[in-house]
Amino acid sequence: MNVLVCVKRVPQTGGRMVLAPDGRSIDTRFLGFTISPHEECGVEEAVRVVEAHGGMSAVLTLGPAEAEDQLRDAMAIGIDRAILLETSGGEWDPVSTAAAIAEAIQVQEAANGAFDLVIFGNEAADTGDYQVGIRVAVALGRPVINGIKGLTLTDGVAHARREAGGGGWETYALPLPAVIGVKEGLNLPRYPSVPGRLRAKRKEIERVALGGSPAGALGLGAGEDAAVEGTGVGAVPGPTMVGLRLPAEERTAATVIGHGADAAPAVVDLLLQLGLVH
Amino acid sequence: MAAGGAGGPILVFVEQVGGEVDRLSLEALAFAAPLAAAAAGARVEIVVLGSEAAASAGTLRDSGAALAHVVADARLDTYAPVAWAAALGAAMDRSSAVVVVAPGSDRGNEVLAHLAARRGLPMAAHVVSVAPAASWRLVRQRWAGSLLEDAALDAPVRLVSVAPHAVAPIEAGAGAGPPVEAQLFDADLHDADFDVRVGGIEASEADGVSLTDAKVVVGGGRGVGSAAGFGQLEELAGLLGGAVGGSRVVTSLGWRPHSDQIGQTGLRIAPDLYIACGISGAIQHIVGCKAAKRILAINTDPDSPIMSVADYAVIGDLGAVVPAISAELRRRAGAA
Ligand SMILES: Cc1cc2nc3c(=O)[nH]c(=O)nc-3n(C[C@H](O)[C@H](O)[C@H](O)COP(=O)(O)OP(=O)(O)OC[C@H]3O[C@@H](n4cnc5c(N)ncnc54)[C@H](O)[C@@H]3O)c2cc1C
Ligand SMILES: Nc1ncnc2c1ncn2[C@@H]1O[C@H](COP(=O)(O)O)[C@@H](O)[C@H]1O
Repeated sequence: MNVLVCVKRVPQTGGRMVLAPDGRSIDTRFLGFTISPHEECGVEEAVRVVEAHGGMSAVLTLGPAEAEDQLRDAMAIGIDRAILLETSGGEWDPVSTAAAIAEAIQVQEAANGAFDLVIFGNEAADTGDYQVGIRVAVALGRPVINGIKGLTLTDGVAHARREAGGGGWETYALPLPAVIGVKEGLNLPRYPSVPGRLRAKRKEIERVALGGSPAGALGLGAGEDAAVEGTGVGAVPGPTMVGLRLPAEERTAATVIGHGADAAPAVVDLLLQLGLVH
Repeated sequence: MAAGGAGGPILVFVEQVGGEVDRLSLEALAFAAPLAAAAAGARVEIVVLGSEAAASAGTLRDSGAALAHVVADARLDTYAPVAWAAALGAAMDRSSAVVVVAPGSDRGNEVLAHLAARRGLPMAAHVVSVAPAASWRLVRQRWAGSLLEDAALDAPVRLVSVAPHAVAPIEAGAGAGPPVEAQLFDADLHDADFDVRVGGIEASEADGVSLTDAKVVVGGGRGVGSAAGFGQLEELAGLLGGAVGGSRVVTSLGWRPHSDQIGQTGLRIAPDLYIACGISGAIQHIVGCKAAKRILAINTDPDSPIMSVADYAVIGDLGAVVPAISAELRRRAGAA
């Protein structure tokens, strides 16, 4: 079973975000980087599938040279191979991102054989575009389902489940090769071991230079022929980010109603006042 | 590239279950109305799928919609993203829509992404507002709403999903106006469009008060210290008829199941009161609980970021504060 998982390097924000002076990115001078929790579960799942069924796991990202860190993190918990589609900074819109990933998958498969399963996060942590995995699947002509929180593979079929609106689980059966978008909760990712980290450090990363501009790299954009149904080729790119801003502040500054256990009567008074106890 | 916009219809994808239109679709209708008003002569049309579709369109009085495109194919009663997208695309062609608006639900986003991929169109997810002009400017959410993006969207047909709870829903069926006129049509769906579909429903293993319905949620973070430490939160939640949730730290550590996680990659809750115990208030946690009417923080650190989001705070060790609150509740219940 060959499995590919696609991850995106994003800043590890926690406190209130600060924007860079040009207002087009987050100020990351004091931040680390990570991937979405959804994608962490995707990485863990890829490792588990190969542990259970044999085969080879790979991780792919489209991003700057520094995204190598996220690829090594994935290899540290057991991913076998890593592919970096290297950009020279700047944002790639989801249409261009999906087209580049789909093309890279085709190149990989021609050289190394098909991926039985390609795993995406349900949505990227930063842009939350909800579409890259689906676009790639459509371009490759493979079945795809998003929102997956449970997966078993038997006899060439991916049995997947996702939360149903009114509680409970919807089940899906997709013949392999297939694409799935996963959500956190799919599994509990392991922590990398020290030997795992050391091994990951020494591993080769395959690099593909994409250049700076998605439109230039892919020949996408206005004036291109209308899209061909079922392929990502010739698609109109977008949306195009113009700028970022912070939502209006809703700061309240909490009223301190007490300290330590002595605060209990004041808390219960508050609960009474809010009508939450009688 | 043709600049879509003025005049052409705005098509809203309306989800219904058993004839009842879901809330996020009502929000999508509310989002579409001013958009149509701003584009001179544009009207709102809707598309509804499945055997209950015509009935559900009938409940939408005063929705602002002029027409409902109905695909009454019973195969669409079961969720099948490709088939739903094909039907939506057929309605889009039929109406010559220049904008398609979908609800910001799992299904809404997924179906719209399939349509976008099939047609080679861009799609903007979780849009908050739009300034329609020849070249569209829109505002959309990033980081689950912790950050806003101004974006341009230029395409022959513009596809947008609406950020959940960014606009108030229209009041379905409240008005005295006539129901929307329903036009049934055949979307020419193929069997292969149904290859990926819901094959069955499994019961959930969860029980008790659900986190999304609870009036009081007691949330625990790293400050709770251990899985066993959640016993005191359970006790307090039990006394208040509430539910227990947590931060990502506690689900990653295995102290709680992921289904208890509140935040960007967990649940969005909106209780009357959220009691955040030993939670620092990272933005990814806050996006999950900021819809709470009130927030009470219990934290040893008076400078913790949660203090600028909470309405009330108790400064102190939750291991002392939480049991004391439970004891006080019991004492007063006994005295009453
Ligand atoms: C893309 C992405 C998505 C994420 N999604 C989520 C999400 O969905 N949900 C989520 O919660 N997080 C999410 N996170 C993680 C988030 O950034 C924080 O790391 C996490 O919320 C912190 O959890 P915490 O508050 O429990 O822990 P900490 O930040 O470690 O805070 C612990 C708090 O407990 C207090 N404390 C310690 N001891 C005590 C005591 N005895 N009594 C009282 N107070 C005490 C401390 O003062 C501190 O404020 C996400 C992160 C990323 C990058
Ligand atoms: N730059 C990228 N490199 C690799 N994978 C990506 C990239 N952007 C998005 N993805 C994948 O596509 C999923 C959905 O992203 P999005 O459509 O942007 O919300 C993410 O969770 C990732 O798995």
